[in-house]
Amino acid sequence: MSDSTMKPEELAKIDYTPPKKGWMETKPNFRKGTWCYSAAPKNLKYLGLPNPRDWQPSDKDWKLPENWKEIIIEGINDRLKKYRSFRLFMDICVRCGACADKCHYFIGSGDPKNMPVLRAELLRSVYRNYFTKAGKLLGKFAGARELTIDVLKEWFYYFYQCTECRRCSVFCPYGIDTAEVTMIGRELLNLIGVNINWILEPAANCFRTGNHLGIEPHAFNDNISFAIDDIEDSTGIRVEAPINKKGAEILVVPPSADYFADPHYYTFLGYLALFHEIGLDYTWSAFASEGGNFGLFQSREMIKRLNAKIYAEAKRLGVKWILGCECGHMWRVMHQYMDTLNGPADFLEVPVSPITGTKFEHAASTKMVHICEFTADLIKNNKLKLDRSRNDHWITTFHDSCNPARAMGLLEEPRYIIRNVCNNFHEMPDNTIREQTFCCGSGAGLGTDENMEMRLRGGLPRANAVKYVHDKHGVNLLVCICAIDKATLTPLMEYWVPEVVVGGIHELVANALIMKGEKDRTTDFREQPFKGKED
Amino acid sequence: MSALLSLIAVLILIILATLGVGVLHLNGLFGIVIPYIAVTMFIIGFFYRIFKWASAPVPFRITTTCGQEKSLSWIKRNRLESPFTNLEVVGRMVLEIFCFWSLFRNTKSELKEGPKLVYGSNKYLWAGALAFHYSFLVIFLRHYRFFVEPIPALLNMMQSFDGFFQVGIPVLYITDIVLIGALGYLFFRRVLDPKLRYISLPSDYFALFLLLGIAISGVLMRYFFKVDIIGVKELAIGLVSFHPKTPAGIGLLFYIHLFLVCTLFAYFPFSKLMHMPGIFFSPTRNLANNNRAVRHINPWNYPVKVHTYEEWEDEFREKMKAAGLPLERE
Repeated sequence: MSDSTMKPEELAKIDYTPPKKGWMETKPNFRKGTWCYSAAPKNLKYLGLPNPRDWQPSDKDWKLPENWKEIIIEGINDRLKKYRSFRLFMDICVRCGACADKCHYFIGSGDPKNMPVLRAELLRSVYRNYFTKAGKLLGKFAGARELTIDVLKEWFYYFYQCTECRRCSVFCPYGIDTAEVTMIGRELLNLIGVNINWILEPAANCFRTGNHLGIEPHAFNDNISFAIDDIEDSTGIRVEAPINKKGAEILVVPPSADYFADPHYYTFLGYLALFHEIGLDYTWSAFASEGGNFGLFQSREMIKRLNAKIYAEAKRLGVKWILGCECGHMWRVMHQYMDTLNGPADFLEVPVSPITGTKFEHAASTKMVHICEFTADLIKNNKLKLDRSRNDHWITTFHDSCNPARAMGLLEEPRYIIRNVCNNFHEMPDNTIREQTFCCGSGAGLGTDENMEMRLRGGLPRANAVKYVHDKHGVNLLVCICAIDKATLTPLMEYWVPEVVVGGIHELVANALIMKGEKDRTTDFREQPFKGKED
Repeated sequence: MSALLSLIAVLILIILATLGVGVLHLNGLFGIVIPYIAVTMFIIGFFYRIFKWASAPVPFRITTTCGQEKSLSWIKRNRLESPFTNLEVVGRMVLEIFCFWSLFRNTKSELKEGPKLVYGSNKYLWAGALAFHYSFLVIFLRHYRFFVEPIPALLNMMQSFDGFFQVGIPVLYITDIVLIGALGYLFFRRVLDPKLRYISLPSDYFALFLLLGIAISGVLMRYFFKVDIIGVKELAIGLVSFHPKTPAGIGLLFYIHLFLVCTLFAYFPFSKLMHMPGIFFSPTRNLANNNRAVRHINPWNYPVKVHTYEEWEDEFREKMKAAGLPLERE
């Protein structure tokens, strides 16, 4: 499962003492397991991005363009004019250190440059040197330094050791958001072709096929057909799952892992069963087959390029509004970027649940509703027949995904649903949930195997909180509403808390959902027997 | 090393003032010219920096939500931690600016055997920061008495609260003790915590030493080595009424105090001390979390190269046809 051969006890021996030498004099050690491979030239070419070439971060020569330094400095200048956040966050940090031990990567690695304050100082020091009087005049005394190739390598190492989870921004007295700094840092690196394949390959796939995994429309169709068969096997009911259906009321947009990967797939079966049961007039789209957006981890321009298909497809199909499935960073894009970048969606209607009549006023402009909001409303209005005991084989806890928690405030809806569909639910400790939730350690495009040591380190705070409820309450299912979580918490649990598996909310919903005309169900969608139906 | 460098810098400032006034008798330079220059630098620098921030647009509404969003009517939303209206944003900002709300959340993580990570509440920094800022504010306002005649009643009232305990002659101000105590805490925290020592720049210590220098010289003047208060007031009123003069016999200590204050004024706009106006501009705090209800406009939103449905269908038409998926063009 992991490249890392270290045992958990060894990995958890973390030294928080900073090195003797100052941080400006310390270079990063590109140790195997702590960084991601470079982006393949074909992906850069497909997306029309600069400087496609063969190289690796471990190489001495990164084959940068001759004038790379000017490109970066000009890139900073350009962004200082475009983003108040950037200019402000470069100026006002007082280095109070409140953010230091809030970062999962710092907690898990002890590397001082993973303190959010220092991660930002890596860029701030260069900003001061070229853009502030104090930096130009006083140099190092004012915390300024030259941009050199070593500084650039350091940027790469640490901006790809930040998952843009925004936990630090909750604690910063000025609301400085490291995600914003990292996003700018990565945009700058992308200007000279310094990027990683785990982000650019999904982005290229998404641009071409509509989804990160590169699933072509006929294969998308196949996957959905398999899902329909699987539901029939468990429930005896053959559901309908229209694709690219014009005139449907609602366009449903999932993260692509939901119809492809394990354990996401059970959640996907959950959506299909639920939509069938309530008789929803909806459609999937093989074109808008991905709500996730790895552009968020590359540049704002790429967010827009990959996100454009959502509204375009809603318009083409003539739907009234859009329903978005369980995905974390997708919801950061949908909530905070989509309407601004690709709106206004004036061809859509303010979302109204056709089942309950509830008008989702809070989505009046974007016209997109989170599936947890949608389902919570169904349950509140008694539209679902639920048997909680069908989840009695699970003892659950809920992991708030970073973006729905800190970039949206979606905290109660998932909990409301869980409490209504299962009997055993235990919260993790207060400092590790809701707005203080810990990242899975693999978000923002870092969930690749060559980066496994760093992922296991970054995931330690989350895993440790799961372990706490596992030991105390016997928790065996970690529920989450994010596709990256479902993919990466799985190996994380295998490593730190092997008794716990990962699932989604709509998987639990569908377990509990009593469907009209269903056969006598004895197993859940994982083909695990319900409690009391073990034989 | 950083700390030492900064201490030396502040000591040099003190020596400069001592030489300038004590030896060379440049009272006019240190009492009139430098204060005018410093205040001018402060005003221009302060507003220039604010102008720079204000002139950069806010392309996206990137609120950091620290509580439940407004969604379904029966779900209790958190108006202060996830504000939906502008009024609620004002509430959040008031908490942030007057109570240091985010700092109040501060925790301390500890790795114990097991491994077991534990998070404890940690309010020291919050308390220290609050103590420093409020005592500084009171002292700053208290100095207003040097610039006006007669002294407003409100000012006298504040002062009598500050001297509530009626200890010593002249009455000991609580804020003087608190200010020096808080600065001491902020300094020792920076030196004693290895993490903080590692992230601290010389300029971080410089700000602390400069403020300590100001506070200590002020305290020395008030309680130990008396300066000519009447003369000080004459100078202060002269400065603000643009009829500057330097009355004789004020005392060297005052000029040292004044020079350090001038340095603070001049240095302020170029330093991290700009966090004071900066907090008002912070987009993760001062924007409503109403993204899906009200469209946010990005003034520089530009068209980008996208992959259209038509291009997509052209590439996959045959495969789609074979799979029986609907097509725009056969």
